[in-house]
Amino acid sequence: MSTRLPQGGRLIDRSKTVKFSFNGKHMTGHAGDTLASALLASGQVIMGRSFKYHRPRGVMASGAEEPNALVNLGRGDSHEPNQRATVTELFEGLSATSQNHWPSLDWDIGEVNALLPRVLPAGFYYKTFIYPRPFWKHVFEPIIRRSAGLGRAPEHDARDPDRYEQFYAHTDLVIAGGGIAGLQAALEAGRAGARVILCEQTAHWGGRAPVDGVEIDGKPAETWINDAVQVLEKMDNVHLRLRCMVAGVYDHGYVIAYERVADHAPGTDAPRHRLWRIRTGQVIAATGALERPLSFPGNDKPGVMLASAVRDYAVNWGVSPGARTVVVTNNDDAYRTALLLADAGLSVPCIADARSESDGPLAQQARARGIRVMTNTGIAGVKGLRGVVGVQLCRQDGTGEVIEDVTCDAVAMSGGWSPVVHLWSHCGGKLTWDAERAFFRPDPSRPPTNQTGEGFVVCAGAADGALLAGDTMQNASTMARKALSALDFTSGAAVPSASAAEESPLLPVWIMPAGAGPKKRAKMWLDFQNDVKVSDVQLAAREGYESVEHTKRYTTLGMATDQGKLSNINGLAVLAQALDEDIPRVGTTTFRPPYTPISMGAIAGEARGEIFQPLRRTPLHAWHEANGAAWEPVGHWRRPYCYPRPGESHREAVNREITATRTSLGLLDASTLGKIVVKGPDAGRFLDMLYTNMMSTLKPGKCRYGLMCSENGFLMDDGVVVRLDDDSFLVHTTTGGADRIHAWMEDWLQCEWWDWQVYTANVTEQWAQIAVVGPKARAVLDKLGSDIDLSNDALPFMAWAEGRIGGFDARVFRISFSGELSFEIAVPASQGRALWDALLAAGAEFDATPYGTEALHVMRAEKGFIMIGDETDGTVIPQDLGLGWAISKKKEDYLGKRAQERTHMTDPGRWQLVGLETLDGSVLPDGSYALAEGINVNGQRNTQGRVTSTYFSPTLSRGIAMGLVVQGPERMGEVIAFNTTQKPARGEAPKTIEARIVSPVFFDPEGEKPNV
Amino acid sequence: MSEQAVSALPGAEATGVVTVREMGLQGMVSLRGDLAALGTVVMRLTGAEMPAVRAMTKGRGIQVAWMSPDELLILCDHGAADTLVADLTQAFEGQHHLALNLSDARAMFGLSGNASTLRDVLAKVTPADISALHPGEMRRTRIQQVAGAIWFETETEARVICFRSVAQYMFDLFTVSAKDGGAVGFNR
Repeated sequence: MSTRLPQGGRLIDRSKTVKFSFNGKHMTGHAGDTLASALLASGQVIMGRSFKYHRPRGVMASGAEEPNALVNLGRGDSHEPNQRATVTELFEGLSATSQNHWPSLDWDIGEVNALLPRVLPAGFYYKTFIYPRPFWKHVFEPIIRRSAGLGRAPEHDARDPDRYEQFYAHTDLVIAGGGIAGLQAALEAGRAGARVILCEQTAHWGGRAPVDGVEIDGKPAETWINDAVQVLEKMDNVHLRLRCMVAGVYDHGYVIAYERVADHAPGTDAPRHRLWRIRTGQVIAATGALERPLSFPGNDKPGVMLASAVRDYAVNWGVSPGARTVVVTNNDDAYRTALLLADAGLSVPCIADARSESDGPLAQQARARGIRVMTNTGIAGVKGLRGVVGVQLCRQDGTGEVIEDVTCDAVAMSGGWSPVVHLWSHCGGKLTWDAERAFFRPDPSRPPTNQTGEGFVVCAGAADGALLAGDTMQNASTMARKALSALDFTSGAAVPSASAAEESPLLPVWIMPAGAGPKKRAKMWLDFQNDVKVSDVQLAAREGYESVEHTKRYTTLGMATDQGKLSNINGLAVLAQALDEDIPRVGTTTFRPPYTPISMGAIAGEARGEIFQPLRRTPLHAWHEANGAAWEPVGHWRRPYCYPRPGESHREAVNREITATRTSLGLLDASTLGKIVVKGPDAGRFLDMLYTNMMSTLKPGKCRYGLMCSENGFLMDDGVVVRLDDDSFLVHTTTGGADRIHAWMEDWLQCEWWDWQVYTANVTEQWAQIAVVGPKARAVLDKLGSDIDLSNDALPFMAWAEGRIGGFDARVFRISFSGELSFEIAVPASQGRALWDALLAAGAEFDATPYGTEALHVMRAEKGFIMIGDETDGTVIPQDLGLGWAISKKKEDYLGKRAQERTHMTDPGRWQLVGLETLDGSVLPDGSYALAEGINVNGQRNTQGRVTSTYFSPTLSRGIAMGLVVQGPERMGEVIAFNTTQKPARGEAPKTIEARIVSPVFFDPEGEKPNV
Repeated sequence: MSEQAVSALPGAEATGVVTVREMGLQGMVSLRGDLAALGTVVMRLTGAEMPAVRAMTKGRGIQVAWMSPDELLILCDHGAADTLVADLTQAFEGQHHLALNLSDARAMFGLSGNASTLRDVLAKVTPADISALHPGEMRRTRIQQVAGAIWFETETEARVICFRSVAQYMFDLFTVSAKDGGAVGFNR
């Protein structure tokens, strides 16, 4: 059983006790523990259940590569699934629950799956549960969903209480990994004067050198590490960051790092996570190496761990996974574990070494300590159900006949080491297979390249394959200098000499024992999290999966949250064997960022709640808000849809607003309307090209309505153009069109007509614009007082003037979108609110009524005015809308002219704009189609038109609509049927509504009302 | 009616690791034209030299900022902007240019605090290299989801301008970014 050792634990403070709970059970650990070390110290070996077979699982590793020990952390709003216990720093009050168990961690009903592996073979998603078809949705899927999956998703109403942020940094060099290689690289770069960011994913510097007994310059590694950190901390050009993982490397030297600022200290005022977005010249990946498991039967049982992890727990946290530990290995490194356990007074019954001989210095030391070393030996089986009670030894080169049973409660395994090449590979760096040492390492001739085609990532130390401490240090300096020289820095200080015991070559072992039969292969786990075994990969190979990428997806090897950190190389080696191919020919799957999962919170950063997205507010926004506006989003703006009074429905409010405007006085916040100044000697010529009608002939002081088309002829925006003076115009666009049309103008000016003398400026936000609308519009303005003659003679319809109104600096436009007498008044935005207040006060006697966008829409529909986005949808040309009058016949060219002359555009059978009046006075459904005889080739009913706008008109007390109908204007008075979505009664024909084709101008057809 | 004129968020202020303040009304004149030909008039009307690329120059209570190869931004008193536009327009009569008062299209914020923390707070919201920005330079950039410009009046006092409609977003963004506990310790 795992326990806390009486001594040791360089990272824990035994004087400080930390309380936490696991599955509701109260436990204690020490400050400096991880959740995994604290659980082991408390004797909790089983930490979770596997994904597919629900097998009990214990912790296998000690760091980011851990596949098994995933827990739900926190509860309620703070609940977070799939947190690795090995990298979760213990804090007071931590609450964790195990995942994927039902009903309990110790006794799980899904474990029965393990007895039925035939039902769940590799690719079972693709070949089981196919028939009968309806069973998938109603039977199989719900059951699979119940038993599969790892962590529990947060409750639907949970709201993360923590704060997150992002941070942009610019630097010369990012170093990922704060082990001895990363520190040495940082010393090189720091002394050379480069700006350096050094990130270490754990809370401690130095990596595993202190655990492995490395000596540097004759002193323990820890001494050198402390000195190096002190030196680096004093360098102004070096920035050190703990708990910060370099998650991804991207094009153009873009690096993402994930800092867990406050995970270990909840309740402080710091943000929980911070996402670093770094631009760097070079990246040094000093990311170390990961130990590989060995594939022997039962290698997934709780108590079987990586040999390096056993060392880590003992040295770093003073925890032993067992009292009697069998070491199984194919290399010398694992002997360190045996020696260390022996030093700690624990029993190591034997070292099972797969190699036929083992005489390196470490093996000699082990023998000298009286540890039994058995060569050509592997494990044929692990005894015990919820933990290890013994192992069965066999010959590695045999089929698995048991030669000896050994009683033990833990197994430390080592299948060799794989450099962590992820960051090298993210941006396209290629790998080379080192057959002698059995790992992939970076191929220096094919690095990931930057914008100039030069390599911008190097791996340093163990990540480059330099696993032995002496080589690691030397390699770190060499690679750092390589990166520095690419940045034009030079460095040349003496390299410290690091030393560790010599190691003999390893023996690549992918299956243990080598001749294992099918039964044994079905118990050799490759991917622990996704339950993929040697037999699954071999089955995939037999079924024709030759590509490692296909095999990955078919078997789900390496697709779990650990992304195959432990399983990848073993899996592809097994595949290569099954295919009788060389490992490098099979290759690896693609390494993609992030290195380990990063939180959604960090990705979202500060963008949540009120600042999830910018909300654009007009100068009158606060008034609308205070007066109960019902909002309508228009782009990023919020515009009042209507202003319902207490007890009033939206429709009642809209009707009231329309009636007040038509009979007395309405006020509209029109500030969001796009306003673009176009100025220069060629401004008139430019606008003549943009608009379908002639703008250059517009006189100063006058306004003209115009249409803008895309080069394909389709109507894209409309609005009133104002001639400010001889060489400047003010272009009004739709609210949504302001930025788009400004960009459209600049596109033409910068790319096509670059020699035209025209400047544009988007002045939308400079002005607050208020439409003063209704029969009393002039009266209220007169009351405010003005130095502008507002009479119809001096300022007729479609004229404008500048001056003072009620003491405000104003531009007044006699334009109307409602069919009423209307003055649109623009004042500088800073004066907008004051003008609005003044208009409301002066207009009180006229029942001045603010109206929203819906009243605006209904009133324009009553007048038959089109709305971009309602009557147009990107397929409509002005000619379809009866707007031929706004298309200049005289102009040689305008954008869209040529397109509008194509045969399809001039087809008389096009759908054209008409008004529609239902015979029963009801409101036509929005988007309804006009039905025609017969059905089309797809069996659908033929159509002859559709509704584009439809409203209840309070002015006319009936439904009104506009629509596009085949040859519509020629069919005035004809009655056609429109479909509805109402479900017909059984046996009855679908319900339709009949409507008469009429003129789209329902109200004041002579246009007398605004002209007063 | 300047006495009734109000900025986007009058008096808004928040303090955390730095202080964020809406700066009230600020005159801003946009001037477009052939910069090589504008220098003399700009000097006469503002007292400021023509700024080099991305630079800002100072004149009589006025700052002139380079915005693009054919655009300047002139920062002046809010009440003086209309007159300046009229003077510029008159001075460039017959010469292709555009002078506009855009004071009210924008909002301005001041951030003040410890020099390094101030830079850290800004670096949370803009991809621009804030460590390379010093007084005398204006940086047009993106401030998280909106457009903006940043400059330092002094090492401990920064200015940010953005469109008026997103002033609340900008204020909230900086308030969150400057919250206590949010120091990063990166910029020195």
